[in-house]
Order: sequence, then C-alpha cells, then structure tokens
Amino acid sequence: MTDHLTIKDLGLEFRTRHGVVRALEDVSLTVKRGEIVGVVGESGSGKSVMAYSVMGLSDAAAEIKRGSIVLGGMDLLATKGEALRAIRGREMAMIFQSPRTALNPIRKVGRQIEDVLMEHEAIPRRDLRKAAIAALERVRIPDPERRYDAYPFELSGGMCQRVMIAIALACSPSLLIADEPTTGLDVTTQAVIMDLIRDKSRDGRMSTLLITHDLGLAGEYCDRIVVMHAGHVVEVAPTEVLLSRPAHPYTLQLLAATPTPTSTLDTLPSIGGQLPDLRRDLPPCRFSERCARKLPQCDVPPLPWTTLSPDHIVRCRVPL
Amino acid sequence: MSFTTLARNTGHAFGENPLTLVAVVILALLLVCALFGGWIAPYDPLTTDATAKLAPPSLDHWFGTDALGRDILSRVIVATRLDLGMAFSAVALSFGVGLALGSAAGYLGGWTDRIIGRLMDTIMAFPLFVLAMGIVAALGNNVANIIIATMIINLPFYCRFARAEVNVRRDLGYAEAARMGGNRTLTVLVVHIIPNILPPMMVQASLNMGWAILNAAGLSFIGLGVRPPTPEWGIMVSEGASFIVSGEWWAFVFPGAALVLAVFSFNLLGDGLRDLLDPRKRV
Amino acid sequence: MHFIWKRLLATIPSLFGVVILTFLLSHALPGDPAAYFAGPAANADSIAEVRQKLGLDRPLIVQFLHYVGDLARGELGNSLTTGQPVLKDLVDRLPASLELSAFALLFAIGVAIPMGVLAAIRLNGPADHACRAIVTVCAAFPTFFIGLLLVYVFYFLLGMAPEPLGRLNEILYTAPPRVTGAFTVDALIAGDMEVFRASLAQLVLPAISLGLFALAPIARITRAAMLESLSSDFVRTARSSGLPTSKVLFTYAFRNSLLPISSVMGMVFSFLLGSNVLIEQVFGWQGVGAYAVSAVLASDYAAVQGFVLMMAILYILLNLVVDVLATLIDPRVRFEG
Repeated sequence: MTDHLTIKDLGLEFRTRHGVVRALEDVSLTVKRGEIVGVVGESGSGKSVMAYSVMGLSDAAAEIKRGSIVLGGMDLLATKGEALRAIRGREMAMIFQSPRTALNPIRKVGRQIEDVLMEHEAIPRRDLRKAAIAALERVRIPDPERRYDAYPFELSGGMCQRVMIAIALACSPSLLIADEPTTGLDVTTQAVIMDLIRDKSRDGRMSTLLITHDLGLAGEYCDRIVVMHAGHVVEVAPTEVLLSRPAHPYTLQLLAATPTPTSTLDTLPSIGGQLPDLRRDLPPCRFSERCARKLPQCDVPPLPWTTLSPDHIVRCRVPL
Repeated sequence: MSFTTLARNTGHAFGENPLTLVAVVILALLLVCALFGGWIAPYDPLTTDATAKLAPPSLDHWFGTDALGRDILSRVIVATRLDLGMAFSAVALSFGVGLALGSAAGYLGGWTDRIIGRLMDTIMAFPLFVLAMGIVAALGNNVANIIIATMIINLPFYCRFARAEVNVRRDLGYAEAARMGGNRTLTVLVVHIIPNILPPMMVQASLNMGWAILNAAGLSFIGLGVRPPTPEWGIMVSEGASFIVSGEWWAFVFPGAALVLAVFSFNLLGDGLRDLLDPRKRV
Repeated sequence: MHFIWKRLLATIPSLFGVVILTFLLSHALPGDPAAYFAGPAANADSIAEVRQKLGLDRPLIVQFLHYVGDLARGELGNSLTTGQPVLKDLVDRLPASLELSAFALLFAIGVAIPMGVLAAIRLNGPADHACRAIVTVCAAFPTFFIGLLLVYVFYFLLGMAPEPLGRLNEILYTAPPRVTGAFTVDALIAGDMEVFRASLAQLVLPAISLGLFALAPIARITRAAMLESLSSDFVRTARSSGLPTSKVLFTYAFRNSLLPISSVMGMVFSFLLGSNVLIEQVFGWQGVGAYAVSAVLASDYAAVQGFVLMMAILYILLNLVVDVLATLIDPRVRFEG
C-alpha cells in the first residue's frame, strides 16, 4: 500500500495576546490508502489543530511555520483559495464532534447534502434530491425520503452524526478526518457510528484519520495509532503492538487510564501533572516534566527517534 | 470582583479604549457647566440685544447670537444644568422605582411578578417617545412632567433587569444562608441581594443617560415642557431651525452640538463601564 | 398556521393593556378630564356639556366600558382644532407618515445590514472600524438635529435638495389622485413620473434623517450575529465541505443571523414611530406626528389620545408581522412557538 496522506515535520504556532503558542512541532505521520489511523492524546495535545491544518481550516491566528502536508501527491499547504475549496468536500472531508451544532439548524438536512453534491458533482438539478436521499440511505438512515425534509433539531444526536457522515461521504472523498465523532453520543450509538465509519472506509478504500482522546476506541477501530503529547508525536505503532507493548511512558499512562470492562472509576489511574505551557521554552522532550523515568540526558537536545521495529517508532531516550 | 482586577480592568479599559478617557473629560466639563454655568457664561443668557440679532460667531460672541440678540454660548452653557438635570432625574427615578418594582417581582414571584410584568409589557407595547408625548399631554405641559414621562418610558428596562438579576440570586447560596440565619425577607433582599446587582445596573444607567437626554430634548424640541425664554438645548435647536433657510447656521448648530457631545460622552462612558465590569461582553 | 393564531392571541393582552393605559391617562388623572377634553377655550357651561356627553360624571368602570364601546365603533371623538372626527384626521394623515417611515426603514436596513455583514467578515479591518464609528456617531445624534444639518448642507449650501416644506411643492405640482395616500406610490399608479420624482425628492432627506438613527441598532446586531454564525460549528462544516464562499456567507451564516436581527426590529420600530414625530416637525411633513404635536400644544385632548392609541396598535401589528416573518426564517420558532 502507498502512503496517501503524508504530514512531514509540521510546525504550527498561534499568535495570542499572551505570547506565541507552539502548538505543533515536528509532527509527522502517514496514512495509507484504505487505512484507519488513530491520533490519540489528551485535549490540548494538538491533534485537532493538526487535523484542521490538513483541511486548511486553521484559525486565523495560526501560522504554519514549517513542514509539508501532501495528499495523493498534492501539496496541500501550497494549495490555496479556490483550488483548496475544490478539494475540500470532494477529496477530503471532515466530521466533527457535537453533530447537532455542526449542522445548519435552519436548513433541511437533505438540502445540506445537496449543497455539497451541487458543488462537487455534475448532477443535474432534478436528480439532486434523489442523490441526497441515496446518500442518506448509504449511512443507513431509516426512511431517508422522509428524513430528507427534517431539520437537525428534529433528529437525535446519532441521526445528526449520520447526516454529517452522509455529507462528508457524499462525494466519496479519498480522505476522511473524524474529529471525536462519537463524543456526546450514547454508548450504543457510538458503536453504530464507528462501525459505519469503518465499513465506509473499507468499502471506499478511503484513508481515515480518527482523532480521539479515547485509546480504547482507537484500539478497536484503527490499524495504526499515533500518540500525541503537547504538540509532539511521541509514538507510532500498529494497534496491537501499541496496546500490548507501549514504548513511551505517556502511552503507558494513557493505556492505564483507559477504562476496561473490569475497571471502575476508582481504580482508574489518572495521568499525573499537566500539559506544559506551550508558550515557554520547552525541553526537547515535552513529557519530561511529567515523567517518572526522567534522566538528566533527557534535557539535552536533540531528542532522537528510536526505531523498535520498522513500523514502531518512539520519541524517548529510554523507551520501555 | 476583587479590587485588583477592578484596577487592572480600569487600566485596561482606558488603555484599550482611550475614548473612554475622552468621555470622562468631556463629562467633567459638562458637569462644571451644569454646576457653575451661571458664573462661567460670559453674558446673561436672557439679556436681549436688538443691535446684535443673529450675529455670526465672533470674538465677542464665540457661538454668535440668536434672533433676539442673546449670546448663544452663554445660553448653551447655562442650559447644561437643565438638560442634564432632566435626564439625570429621570434616570435616577427609573433606577429607584425600577429597582424596587423589579426586586419585588423577582423576589416575591407569583402575582406580584405577574402584575408588574404585565404593567411593564404594557408600557413596552407603545412606541416609547409617543407614550412620553401622551403622558406629558395628560399630566400637563411642564418640566416636571417631562421628567416623569422620561422616567416611565425607561422604567421597563430597569425593572426587567432587576427582576432577572434578583430572580437568579434569590436561590443562590448566600441568600439561602441569610434566610436560614433567620433574616427577614426584606433584610435578605436589601442587605444580601440588591448590593450585588447595583454595579451592573449602574452600567445600564450610564448607557441610558444618553437616551434620556435625547428623549427630554426631543420633547422640548416639539415644544413640550420647557418654555421660552428658558435656555435648553432642544428648544434652542428648534428656535434656530427657522433660520436655516436663510443660512444662519450657528443658531441651531451649537446647541445641537452640545446635545451630541453630551449623549456621545455618556454612551462612551457606558461602554467603558460595561467593559470594566465584564471585559468578556465587549462587542 | 397554528403558530400564527397563537401569536395573534398573544397580542390580545397587549392590546388590552394599551387600551387601559390610554384610558387611565385620559380619565383617571388628577384634575378634571372634562376640562381637558373641552379644551383651553372652554367655559363652565361647555365643560359641563362635555362632561355630560362623555359620561365623565359616572363611575370609572362605566366610563371604561363606554370608552371601549366607542373604540370598537371607531369613535375617537372630535378634534378641537380641525373640528373633524379624530379617526378621519388620523386616517387622512397616516399614509404620509407610513410612507416616510417605510422609506426610512428601507434606508436603514439597506445600509446597516451590508455594513454589519462587511464589518463581521473583515473583523478589525477598515470596514469594521468604519462601522463602529458610524454606529457610535449615529447613536449620539438626535434625529431632529441630523435632519436640520442635512437641510442646511443639502438645501442651503449645496442646493441639491428641494425646500423642506412638506411632501410636495404644491405650487409646481398637483398631488396625484389619492389611492394609497402615499404620494410616491400614487404618482406611480397615476403614471405621473414627474410628480413621482418630485415627491421622492421631498422624501429623501427626511427618510435619511429618520433612518440614520435606526441604523445603529441594526448594524450593531447584524455584526454581532454574523460574528456568532461565522464562528459556529455549522459554518465550519460548510467550509470543510468546500462550499463556495458566497454560499457559506449567505445561505449558512447570514440566514442564521436573520433571527437575532429580527429581534431588534421591535426596538427599531419604536424608534421610527417615535422619531417620526420629530422629523415631521423638521420637514413640515403633514403626517400624524405633526398633527399630534399641534394637538398636544393646543391641548386637543381627543386627538392626542387617538394618536397615541393608533401608534400603539400600529406598533403591536408591526411586531406581529416581524414575529410571523421570523417563523418563516427559522423552523425552530414554529415548533417552540
């Protein structure tokens, strides 16, 4: 399989009133055709910031300082304006958390799907409605003809997320970014939505980037997992390897903090310390201040990647 | 809000928006005019001069003279007290009455709330300036009734604001604790709740001053309340208006400009105070 | 439809409140209402006659029932100054005021909404600063003063505007045959372009003066509402789907801003109907406002009361229309209603 999405050495800063926040530094990852890659980390680890910079939807205060993002041979950072807009929704699509607010509250959901189709597909006007209903059907929405005329407030959260997925998949993109797609949904609905996303990626040979704070969820649905901490990628490994032999102390803590069927809230350990303030000068390893295994050489740059196996790399001097 | 945050916000509000500082300076100037206008004014505002009718601005008469040869600068200065006085009295009355009615409605709820609410809705069902005209017509055409009319049309804003704030705070911890401590209803309301809602209401009041000035001046512009020859900005604009077609602009421009300046400063001050109290609400 | 009925029913308490308040203003105040209604020139006999005629010697509740009965029959009494039934006076003059207010509203909306939208799109840019400055300045200028300034500049200095003396220069032109009562509309109906242009020219300055004051709240809320929609999740979705900028801005962001904008229209109407009085005074516009001012000054009681009542009813109706329009914009209102 070939790499479809390649992010290389991405560095991104936010200019704020209180100084420059170095939100992403040396972030690299790849997603192959048809692969589901999970990006896992606490909130504030930069995983959503990275996802938004792929879509070209970064905040106005964000500035990409270095690195590259390449999708199917196209340099996304060099693609601007109309050209970028033509790719969004057709080649790459994104779904968000809190699906209720992510849909236009005063537009029929069917029309919202039509908006995307109309923009990217050469469908005659009179066939748009049929195509939108077909898109609703593909995400297994019961009674799609009737749902076409529904407004988001008339639908459940899970139903809204299916509509979001229908919008994202309407033009069969080659890359889907799912940013915490199941947050706020109840457990059964979560499974339904994730199954849907997995099935659609497999069917469409679509590369999928699943952004989540939930390592359990990523473990269940992803082929590979990228762990992020404070704007750094700290470990990349195939899912089974990462879950069974985590090499970065942070991954280990994340794993320990992930609920299992037998754990209770009381026995679940939490991750010690806080994310470092990204406005300060930081040590090469941004985890060192929270790390129980910290050694004096951890503060000496540069921090090398350690390759444990061809597809398992970790950014730690003393991996587990 | 602690004192330090208040101090920091003050610095911030002035630094961020130097216009607030300008507003404060202008208002101080207007206040001086209102208090000591009689002494500052270079001429007697009522003395006519048949030899200097509608004289354009000059070194003798900075703002020119009006149709009866009265010095416009002096009249503008002396009028400050009446204009600001009318607006201030009206706002102070709305503040007091609105606070009382609104607190009662918010604290007691039930029928009190419903009746007061309905009364305020009824006032708001009128275009407010029209209602003010109707009130002045009914009560009688004089300055006191201008103030009462302006007070009534402003009342709903204060009343609703106080009601909402009291309603929220009624069941908060500190009020609950005071009640459990055996305090009487009125004590809880006056000692424990109202002091907390005064600061946001003061902001409302300063934002409201400009509007009250416009209303009172509007009423006198159409000939209600203030009678000639009393100097008052609205009526002076109205008197000066007759000479526009012959090009004597100073007779209406200067009193009008005084009005604009006053309203403008109160609006800016209100905005500044709002930022001071809650920097997040900045629009 | 169901919603509209519900909303219509909800205006009944407002109407009732308005009727009670106008009644109290005229009948239950200290002093002798009969003397008010009889006017300043009345003597003891004529006051007694008025008291008899209006039933002012009877208990308040009986008076109120009579008052409501009279209102139901459209009986607002006779004007002391014109000698005509007040209702007829008002109906004759209302179209002139509505024409003025409508043009002012069109002007205010036409300027404020694009300005607010532009300010929000180019946040902190020159358009935004200009918008903020205009809003601040417009909110500080009394309508009557703006009107006079415009007259001075455009009539006296530049000679561009016609003399500010009413709705049409009746020496040069004859008013079009009355259909709606609005000269511009009637001139168009009559196909008389010359009179149309002349009456429109008379209308420009007063409409702008009146509109400028209404402009501030509309521009302010448009900017705020657009900022809110532009930062909303659904606009982010629209962007991530690659929708064209125009569609993101208008179909998604702007349409969602219309509901907050419609919520300030009540305040705007209140401004317009109130300031109308002042502007009619400045421009010699023969509408209900000018009529009411002379009535107040002449202590023509029935006329003032009729005017206040009519404006309140008009205001309630306008708010009703806005609410109904809001349901067309936002499906949620229909259901929550």
